[in-house]
Amino acid sequence: MKQRTELATRMTEKLDYEEMLGCMRCGFCLPTCPTYIRSKDESASPRGRIAIMKGVVDGLIEPDEGVEKTLNECLGCLACEPACPAGVRYSVLLEDARAAITEHKRATGQMPVRERLVRKVVFDGLFLNKAKMETATGFLRFYQQSGVQTLTHKLRILDWFPDQLQKMETILPTVPPKTERRRRPERIPATGATTARVAFFSGCLMDTMFYETNANTIKLLQAAGCDIVIPKTQQCCGALHGHAGEQTGAVTLAKQNIAAFEAEDVDYIITNAGGCGAFLIGYDHLLKHDPEWAERAERFTAKIKDFASILIEVGFLDRVPLSLPEQLITYQDSCHLRNVQKGALAPRVLLQAIEGAVYIEQKHADHCCGSAGVYNLLQPVIANDILEMKMGHVNVTAAQTIVTSNPGCHMQMQLGIQEHGTDSMRAVHLADLLVEAMDHHAI
Amino acid sequence: MTQLREKIGADVVFTDSTTRLAYSFDATPNYQAMPDAIVAPRSTEDVQAVLRLCHEHRIPVVPRGSATNLAGGTTPLSGGVVMDFRHMDKIVEIDEKNLTVTVEPGCITAHLAQAVEARGLFYPPDPSSMKISTIGGNISENSGGLRGLKYGVTADYVLALEAVLPNGEVLRTGGKLAKDVAGYDLTRVLVGSEGTLAVITQATLKLIPLPETKQTMLAYFEDLDSAARTVSRIIENRVIPATLELMDKKTIEVVEAYANIGLPTDVGALLLLEQDGPLDVVRRDIEAMHAVCLEEGALSVEVARDEAHAETLRYARRIALSALARLSPTTILEDATVPRSEIAEMVRRIEAIGRAYDIQIATFGHAGDGNLHPTVATDARNHEEMKRVEAAFADIFAAALDLGGTITGEHGVGAMKAPYLEWKLGPAGIDVMKGIKLAFDPHGIMNPQKMFAKAAKKRIVQGGLS
Ligand SMILES: Cc1cc2nc3c(=O)[nH]c(=O)nc-3n(C[C@H](O)[C@H](O)[C@H](O)COP(=O)(O)OP(=O)(O)OC[C@H]3O[C@@H](n4cnc5c(N)ncnc54)[C@H](O)[C@@H]3O)c2cc1C
Ligand code: SF4
Ligand code: SF4
Repeated sequence: MKQRTELATRMTEKLDYEEMLGCMRCGFCLPTCPTYIRSKDESASPRGRIAIMKGVVDGLIEPDEGVEKTLNECLGCLACEPACPAGVRYSVLLEDARAAITEHKRATGQMPVRERLVRKVVFDGLFLNKAKMETATGFLRFYQQSGVQTLTHKLRILDWFPDQLQKMETILPTVPPKTERRRRPERIPATGATTARVAFFSGCLMDTMFYETNANTIKLLQAAGCDIVIPKTQQCCGALHGHAGEQTGAVTLAKQNIAAFEAEDVDYIITNAGGCGAFLIGYDHLLKHDPEWAERAERFTAKIKDFASILIEVGFLDRVPLSLPEQLITYQDSCHLRNVQKGALAPRVLLQAIEGAVYIEQKHADHCCGSAGVYNLLQPVIANDILEMKMGHVNVTAAQTIVTSNPGCHMQMQLGIQEHGTDSMRAVHLADLLVEAMDHHAI
Repeated sequence: MTQLREKIGADVVFTDSTTRLAYSFDATPNYQAMPDAIVAPRSTEDVQAVLRLCHEHRIPVVPRGSATNLAGGTTPLSGGVVMDFRHMDKIVEIDEKNLTVTVEPGCITAHLAQAVEARGLFYPPDPSSMKISTIGGNISENSGGLRGLKYGVTADYVLALEAVLPNGEVLRTGGKLAKDVAGYDLTRVLVGSEGTLAVITQATLKLIPLPETKQTMLAYFEDLDSAARTVSRIIENRVIPATLELMDKKTIEVVEAYANIGLPTDVGALLLLEQDGPLDVVRRDIEAMHAVCLEEGALSVEVARDEAHAETLRYARRIALSALARLSPTTILEDATVPRSEIAEMVRRIEAIGRAYDIQIATFGHAGDGNLHPTVATDARNHEEMKRVEAAFADIFAAALDLGGTITGEHGVGAMKAPYLEWKLGPAGIDVMKGIKLAFDPHGIMNPQKMFAKAAKKRIVQGGLS
């Protein structure tokens, strides 16, 4: 009992009461929330989750497993934020509540050994440290190239793992060799007249497993007339830490990134992963109470821009003709690109400019696909339900090409195709498709 | 609880504190109370089973749609069971021969509207909350929307109801009939009954043909009076617009400050006008309304060129509540209604009351049917100010009644306005209503503490004004 009260106190200290009061409980966010749509249960809705957090702070309920469960089941897709007439910043509440729970568990020794271990490996090891990330993806590459992958498949070793991990394993992208990844220069000049000076945020996952997509993004920026710099000292954005309640780790990474990019005199800092971009844009909130960093963080976040928006802004379409063999294309919004970075329009404008391809908007393109970082691993049942709904809408469009703007969505859509789609479908990152269209036109 | 679980299945009965908290409130500011359980029946039979059990053990039952009501209607003030219709949300039948639609209570109003519009039919009641509110809630609150002036409110479309009485008996009223005078009109008794009589489990609603076209127009006025006069004159001229919405100066200022859409803030009021129907009728009416606006001294009038333009004209009205909501932690939207001819006078009185109690009130609403939404930006934690807000609203209701109006046009009585109901109905009216309640619900288990207050507020005529 005493421990519970301790958690309630922690949440009371951490949660912004003004923000919770701002919710007028109108329910306008309900029809946008994937977990509410799935269950029609108020305790799985944004309004319900805010009320539950406030209920803990007000002392109406104890923060028991039920409270933790509703917060864990939230995708963090933030579809609820743009829908809210009162402008409640749900993301801030969610992040702070999760941080309170994690801190509490750690402080009271309540974290199960397995979870502690996973957190240590993932958050302190992998993502806090680019070199370790390299090593891990190196293993992945070895595993893919050496025939071990085929062997494990044959031996059904994966049957030992939970279902969801097994499925994910089959759709992991092929990692390029490290030497190739090392060869990329730090500064890359524009092709033709310079339109902007930009820094590229290469990301951690994006720069290893999706290295090709990063290379393509750079190619596009170059063709659009951008002088590009890729600061070597940059780190993972910290989104996974932030969303999992590991605020300390997120703050460390934020400071390293701000420092890395401050050194460069650029107009914009470009991202090509919706999740990272949205988290970078929130650095000002993350560091707002730190007198030394608050202002630096604001300057940093003001420069964040997604690559599709910058392409439109500097007139990429006037410079570069695009075409593809005849095909139907549909777009799956990255929740964070759309709801936080407000970048829903640019990808659609770019796709519609491709000659030969026909763009079809899928119903509810703005609804989360269920990937949501590592959500699909942690909440496989809900994630699968949501993915199934999503693929229903995708299938209606009969599109052969599903375009995404975030590595998580990309893999999830691949999984969706594998589970509920057809053989003629593929999922591609927007940058990869645009380069394909550029090259196709050149032939 | 064990019995409940046995009767309708353990997976639709919830008693954990997290879920109970999530069902402890609705959209009404400052109302919250914990229920003992939440049940989500799958069928009329489930509803019967739950009610029989609750009737026998005298357990309160609170039916709940999406809890968007603004009257404390679904807060379980006496605890008990909250009945949730998430599983009963189907459209049972669209009957194109009789132009009716039959639905379960949990069906979202917007889903119903889309489904019938896809067949060229029209369900006109459109509360601003229609994207999330349920038909069961709409019927129980007798909700109205922007189209109320021309098309009426929910009551005008309910043809038949299936409801379960507290003792578990099923009551069927009305039918797919245009005419039905067999006995008391129990359908009308259930419409607007706010879950205090029975649980509605199915409804048959009237549909009409979908209007062919629609035109939108926005007019600015120097002062409130000319806007209000315009409203009366339009209707005198035998034009019944589909939409006739008013925003006062304060609302315009707040909307502009929030959205920066270039609204002039030196005007006194704006009107949003729409007409729908056959193209030539729409053209003629829009021209007639345009002329009246100019005659009454409108500063400018803008007619939408196309749908995109119409959407920008509607935008200001649509975001009024959002803009007001961002002003302060607590937003209280009220719902007083006066005869159309008294709109200007009512808005002036609201302004005076705001000044007298030193609170910020902005007013917007459905000018066409006299339904105004005075909205206060306040902070529930400021108890001293909340007292003034409460007193101001009492004065506003009194003012509405003085002008021949009512204490609520569409949001219902619930717990919030129960103390004022007697002002409107008089003691005889309250007695008849209590008699009806007793006939339906002898043990008083249905949504207790709603509609009927323990004591009516004493009416002080225009108290705070000097
Ligand atoms: C931002 C906003 C705008 C709004 N705009 C409008 C508007 O323009 N016009 C308008 O009229 N209202 C409006 N409302 C008020 C509200 O949305 C309506 O009253 C709506 O009809 C409530 O529907 P609901 O499904 O949320 O019902 P709830 O709020 O869940 O319930 C309302 C009442 O109905 C009862 N009830 C629900 N289902 C049943 C059932 N099956 N059987 C018996 N009783 C039942 C409940 O007990 C309660 O008393 C607005 C509300 C908000 C928050
Ligand atoms: S839309 Fe905003 S104000 Fe309304 S219930 Fe949701 S979070 Fe609260
Ligand atoms: S973040 Fe997404 S899942 Fe979570 S409450 Fe908001 S809309 Fe629902």
